[in-house]
Amino acid sequence: MTATATSSVPSSAKKGYGSMSRDRQWALRWSYFFLVLFVIFFLTPPLYMLITSLKTSQEISAITNPWWVFNPTLDNYKELLGSGTFLTFFRNSAVVSISVVIITMLIAVPSAFALSRMRFWGSGALATGVFLTYLIPETLLFIPLFKMMAVFNEYTGIELINRWWVLLILYPTLTVPFCTWIMIGYFASIPKELDEAALIDGATWMQTLTKIFIPVALPGIIAATIFAFTVSWAQFLYPLAFTTSESQLVLPVGIITTLIKGDVFNWGQIMTGALLGAAPPLIIYAFLMDYYIAGLTAGATKG
Amino acid sequence: MVDATIKNEGSVMRADRRNSLQKAWQRKSTIAFLMTLPLILLILVLVIYPALYAVHLAMLNKSMQRFVGLSNFSFLFTRETFWMVVWQSCIFALTAVFFKAIIGFFVAHFVHNIPDKGQRKWRGMLLIPWVIPPAMSTLAWLWLFDPSYSAFNWILEHFGIAGIPWLGDEHWARFCVILVNVWIGAPFFMIMYLASLKSVPEQLYEAAKIDGANWWQTMRFVTLPMMRNIIMITALFSTIVTFANFDIVRVLTRGDPLDQTHVFATWAFRLGIEGGDIPLGASVSLFMVPILTIGAIFILRDIVKRGNEA
Repeated sequence: MTATATSSVPSSAKKGYGSMSRDRQWALRWSYFFLVLFVIFFLTPPLYMLITSLKTSQEISAITNPWWVFNPTLDNYKELLGSGTFLTFFRNSAVVSISVVIITMLIAVPSAFALSRMRFWGSGALATGVFLTYLIPETLLFIPLFKMMAVFNEYTGIELINRWWVLLILYPTLTVPFCTWIMIGYFASIPKELDEAALIDGATWMQTLTKIFIPVALPGIIAATIFAFTVSWAQFLYPLAFTTSESQLVLPVGIITTLIKGDVFNWGQIMTGALLGAAPPLIIYAFLMDYYIAGLTAGATKG
Repeated sequence: MVDATIKNEGSVMRADRRNSLQKAWQRKSTIAFLMTLPLILLILVLVIYPALYAVHLAMLNKSMQRFVGLSNFSFLFTRETFWMVVWQSCIFALTAVFFKAIIGFFVAHFVHNIPDKGQRKWRGMLLIPWVIPPAMSTLAWLWLFDPSYSAFNWILEHFGIAGIPWLGDEHWARFCVILVNVWIGAPFFMIMYLASLKSVPEQLYEAAKIDGANWWQTMRFVTLPMMRNIIMITALFSTIVTFANFDIVRVLTRGDPLDQTHVFATWAFRLGIEGGDIPLGASVSLFMVPILTIGAIFILRDIVKRGNEA
């Protein structure tokens, strides 16, 4: 009785697994097939950037296969990296993005700590408010902000428009709410016993934050930092509206406004510039993909 | 005797602890307020105030010296371009979000189907459009759609099909801005849906299999209900962001041909910053508020609900 039972179970199980694995194999093949299609769709523009950036202007305007480089050259890269204006854009972008990251973290981390651990009057409402602020797009705010800067200039004589550092004031409105929000989520996942123990041992709130919360929530801080950097680096509307002189432009706006001159498009250089402009976020992504994705999903799944 | 002293010491220490804790609690709200002060100031000065200021600006005349009430709005209502922008913004956002969600959903399943160790590589490649700054990747699309050197038309002509005026014709131009938006946004949906697929317990699928559920039934009664929350919230987020999109339309078409591809943000920029009519630009951008509010209410309701469940 028991013998028949044990012998019949494996055979039926084997049969079940057999058909399942055949189904699985087909599912797998179709999955790979479609994944390849979608990877082609998703990677065509960046690859085409690379292809074009390696061509001479003659080859670009010749009627040959646009998808292939016949005479690869690095001239576009040499020319761009040797030009003062491009390096100015790059430097402006780097200075702005790094400063914004620092400002953002200095504001977001203590606020998130206070909002997640030190419940005070209105803290719940403020946390919700922070989240709602994140939902207000910059396209709604740029016109009143533009006028505010002009009015500020009338009263104080300090010119803010067409100065690259005005972006240091504007970008935190994009980065701080989201970073605070995901840091609240990360801090909330730290067990309460940890900070209670620290407080009992006589640690101040500031010490609890710097000695316990920041080290424990480091993955969250890295994710928030990456987010703040990529948002600042990619921002297009604010610099387009607020800066105009070549010396004040950041990379994305600089490439679009200076390399496209009237109807003359020097596509080799434009694509090279676009690729170099995309490089810093791509490099960060390549090395810190897991943190990048954690930050991406944290906004909606945490909290 | 020894016992008693230990007990005594213990209670003294406990009292001490309570005392220091109490002190900490007393000062807590002050410290907390100081810690959040920069955040509160930032939100008040650079978000709330400008948002209200936009309403004020929208009620001034072009030189911003006279209060004109709602006449900017009534002027907009008489312009054909305005209604075109309303229509185009809605079509643009809804179509793009729909296709992003569909593509994201299926690609997430494909990635989920393949063996675990290969997933990282595929996921890494598929997210690249989201990582590149949109203004930069849109430039690549602009070059792919170029009227005389379009690489797509080269392929089409290779197969004997006439080239398509990608950005020259209004219908094709609208198709192109949506295509680029889907290209940038679909990977984000894919990542969100993949994360939510991974959180569905394997036992549910096993149970469904034992009950003899087919592919569609498993999808309908196991996967979709488990993913419902993420599907909804990702779509709402994306609707808000897409509706307020600026970069893609600005770089790809600048609203051309004949203003046919303008959305609220790009038209507001054209009127307010380039045209110098700040009040009119502010009025245009304010029309984004109703949609944003609806989206925000739904998202907030979801967050409050989940907060209650936790």
